[in-house]
Amino acid sequence: MKRIIILGSGTAGTMMANHLHHRLNSGEWEIDIIDERKEHYYQPGYLFLPFDIYEPEDIVKPIKDFIPKGVNLINETIERIVPQEHYVSMTNGDHLVYDILIVATGCKIAPEETDGMQGAEWQKSVFDFYTFEGALALRNKLREWEGGKMVVHITEMPIKCPVAPLEFAFLADSYFKHRNMRDKVELTFVTPLSGAFTKPKATAALEHLLEEKHIKIESDFAIERIDNEQKTIIDYGGRIVPFDLLVTVPTNKGDEVIARSGMGDDLNYVPTNKATLQSKNWPNIFVLGDASDIPASKAGSVAHFEAEILTDNILHYIAGEPLKEEFDGHANCFVETGNGKALLIDFNYTHEPVEGTFPFPGIGPLRLLKESRINHMGKLAFRWIYWNMLLKGTHIPFVSATMSESGKQFD
Amino acid sequence: MEKIIAGIPVQVNEEGYLTDFPQWNQAVGTELAQEASIDMTPRHWEVIAYLQKEFKNEVPLSIRKIGKSGVVDIKEFYQLFPMAPLKTASKIAGIPKPVSCI
Repeated sequence: MKRIIILGSGTAGTMMANHLHHRLNSGEWEIDIIDERKEHYYQPGYLFLPFDIYEPEDIVKPIKDFIPKGVNLINETIERIVPQEHYVSMTNGDHLVYDILIVATGCKIAPEETDGMQGAEWQKSVFDFYTFEGALALRNKLREWEGGKMVVHITEMPIKCPVAPLEFAFLADSYFKHRNMRDKVELTFVTPLSGAFTKPKATAALEHLLEEKHIKIESDFAIERIDNEQKTIIDYGGRIVPFDLLVTVPTNKGDEVIARSGMGDDLNYVPTNKATLQSKNWPNIFVLGDASDIPASKAGSVAHFEAEILTDNILHYIAGEPLKEEFDGHANCFVETGNGKALLIDFNYTHEPVEGTFPFPGIGPLRLLKESRINHMGKLAFRWIYWNMLLKGTHIPFVSATMSESGKQFD
Repeated sequence: MEKIIAGIPVQVNEEGYLTDFPQWNQAVGTELAQEASIDMTPRHWEVIAYLQKEFKNEVPLSIRKIGKSGVVDIKEFYQLFPMAPLKTASKIAGIPKPVSCI
């Protein structure tokens, strides 16, 4: 009996468990998936929780509900990976030997990287919304907040879901309007990038929306520290932005277990071949989702597309065949813009998001890079798709793992 | 597109970054620095040389990496190349604009 071990049962790991369970011969392969937690969180929901759009029970379900029978779910903590000797050492003392390892340990916030972030104002006037606890604490704060300067801030790139901070700013605008207090709130978006987003066409569209919603943008801001007494953020160049309520996205890092195992770069991301998803250092280790260092968005849609290609590659690897160099960095993200609208972006390593229709060229029904209600309905419907199709590895009709160029207006 | 810098024709992109690193020399760097209102000192050149070395080794650059390089800390990096130091310094160094992640 051979053994394949998946580390992490988040979006990426759970999808792989389902794919491999369907495709591998159960008489020949044992599949284990390891996670220290018991709950699976629908992370896109963290964006809606602060604004009372979702309730906590909408976004938390037991991990075991999504792991197929026949796959062993091991609810223990990983001490470290020993790639040279092909085993995973657990804190309970177990050594689990693998033939193939899939690293899907994700990434998380590291507020300790920024001086003063976890100071006296942490979860009083300084919040994150990239954790369940953070999003919930922020919801409670917003329920009683009477207005002032709200600053939405990105510490440094890369971050999970790079459009989420912008969506947060748009939804905040909408939320305060509905509460008839928009005139009491000054909204500022602070980013280390030179503009609202990384890709030119999407940046232009998103900056137009910021302007329309009277959200100020401070770009090229590399934070040095948070002054908890003065309630300001200060960048290395000496620029100061005051806040009454700071919603920050701290530095994101790969899991500590990657650092303990000596397998990561300076942010604990595992060096990975961006087309095959094989580790650059160990041929029997594959990496998907937020844990890798590939230059694609850290997003569930990316993990979904990766999982389809990685499943084929693992079968090729087992058969001793060359791997498919097929992953193109495909990402597909709804961007909530407030007031019941959203836009949709679809892009990859080489093609930036442009206008067009999706998934059917010329028809839609979704519109690319344009605000519409149907896009927003798509985003809300996505929660159902996530729990009922995506995690289970069911192919989403009409959406291919590699990006389609048809129906798009490239120059 | 072509641009005359320090008396020699060099290839630049629409944002003014050199697209062909071998065309760079210190005189070109000095003139690009003047366009950004920076007077180059030996300290500036040390940082530029480090960026060029990393570029040749195909190491993607970030403010964080430079802060941990031991060559310059982030505070000083900002003093040398105010506002957006990585972008400004990359332009002077004749290397591409750093790709901040997706």
